[in-house]
Amino acid sequence: METAPDLQSISAEAALSPMLPRPFVIKRVRRETEDTFTLELEPTGRDDGFSFTPGQFNMVYVFGVGEIPISISGDPARPTTLIHTTRAVGTVTKAMDKLRRGDTLGIRGPYGSPWPLDKAVGRDVVFVAGGIGLAPLRPALYHVVSNRERFGKVVLLYGTRSPADILFREELETWRARFDLDVYVTVDRAMSGWRGNVGVVTTMIPKAPFDPRNAVAMVCGPEIMMRFTAAEMIKRGVDIRDVSVSLERNMKCGIGLCGHCQFGPVFVCKDGPVFPYAQVRDMLVKWEI
Amino acid sequence: MENLEHILGEHPFFQGLKHEHLHLLVGCASNVRFDAGQYILREGAEANTFYLVRFGKVALEMGTPNKGPMIIETIGEGDLLGWSWLVPPYTWHFDARAMELTRAISIDGKCLRRKIDNDHELGYEFLRRFSDLMVKRFDATRLQLMDVYGNRA
Repeated sequence: METAPDLQSISAEAALSPMLPRPFVIKRVRRETEDTFTLELEPTGRDDGFSFTPGQFNMVYVFGVGEIPISISGDPARPTTLIHTTRAVGTVTKAMDKLRRGDTLGIRGPYGSPWPLDKAVGRDVVFVAGGIGLAPLRPALYHVVSNRERFGKVVLLYGTRSPADILFREELETWRARFDLDVYVTVDRAMSGWRGNVGVVTTMIPKAPFDPRNAVAMVCGPEIMMRFTAAEMIKRGVDIRDVSVSLERNMKCGIGLCGHCQFGPVFVCKDGPVFPYAQVRDMLVKWEI
Repeated sequence: MENLEHILGEHPFFQGLKHEHLHLLVGCASNVRFDAGQYILREGAEANTFYLVRFGKVALEMGTPNKGPMIIETIGEGDLLGWSWLVPPYTWHFDARAMELTRAISIDGKCLRRKIDNDHELGYEFLRRFSDLMVKRFDATRLQLMDVYGNRA
C-alpha cells in the first residue's frame, strides 16, 4: 500500500538542504493566454510564506516529470503566496499546465541575482518586457509601484506577439490608468480591429518619456529582443552600465555546482539570471559560448 | 506659409535642415487631416505624396485572403508615412488608414522630385534622412520576421 509522504518533515529537511525541494500546494490556477498560465502556491507544513527579491527564480519540480527554473512573478511584499507564470512549451511546463488546485509541486529557491532596484532609487526606471518576459519583471514593477515616491518617471514598454498573447491584461490596464506610470503596449502583428500599437517593442524606445541621462533600464524577453532593446537604449543615451538583462540558460542545480548553465566565466543560476548588460554584451554575440 | 515652415522645421524628420531648404519644401507642403477610419493611401495607387504625422495614429495594412486587413505597423506623432514616391514605379505597396483623427503635413512628391533634381544638396539631405529611416524600419522588420515570441510547441 502506498504511504502518503510526511510533508511536514520533508519541509523541515528541505530548509536545510538546497537540493531538496519543499512541497507547495497549488491554491489557484489562472489562465493568462492560450498557452500561458499562473500558479499561486502556498508551502505545506509551514506558514512562513516565501520571501524573495524581484528577479529571482525557483527550481520547480513536477513530481515524476522533471525540474525546471521559473522566475517568480508575484509581489515581493506579499510573501504568503508564491506565484509563478509560465508558458506550456516543454515536457515539464506541459505537465504543470495539467495540474489543478490542491496538487503539489516541489520548490527549491529562491535563487539568483535580483533586478538592481536600489540603483534605480531617485532615477527614472524603464522596464522593457517582451512576451513572457513580463513575468520576471512583474515583481520589480510591484516594488516600484508600492514605493512610487522613491523613483522618478516609471515607464513600462511591453511588446508581444499578438493581442491574444498580452499577459496580465487587467493589471496593465490598471497601471496604464495611473497618472504616475507610463505604460505602452505593442504587438508584432494584429488584425484590423485592433486599436493599439503594432510594431516591435524597440520602436517605442526613442519616444518613451524618460531622461536617458538619469535612467535605469531593466529588460527581459527573448535574447534577440533584449540585444536589440539594449542597443536602442544605449543609442538613446542610457549608460550601458544602467542597462540590465535577465538571461536564461540550461539550469539544473540552481546553485552554481553542476555547471550546466555556464556562460563564459559565469554561471547564470548563481551569478545571474539578472546581469548588467555590460558584463554579458560581448558574450551574447559569440555562438561558441 | 511662415507657419508651415516653422512646423516643418520642428518635425523630427526635418530637424537641422537648412532654412533655404525648408523654404523650398514649403512650396510643396500643405496641412491635411484625416478622420478615424479614413484611408490615406491605397495599395497599387500612384504614390506622389508623403506625410509627416503631427498627431494621431495611422495603421499600415495589407489585405489577407479570408481574414481581412492585417495591420503590419502603426505610426504616430513625429513619424513619416510613405517613401514609395521616391522610387519608381511610384506606387503604394500597402494601405494606410487613420485609426483616429490624424493631422499631418502632406508633401507633394512630384513637386519635390523636381526640386531635388535641381538642387542636389537638398537631394542628398533627403536621401540621407530617408536612408536612416529605412535602416530603422528594416531592423524592426527583421525583428518582426524572427517572430521571437513565437516558440510555440
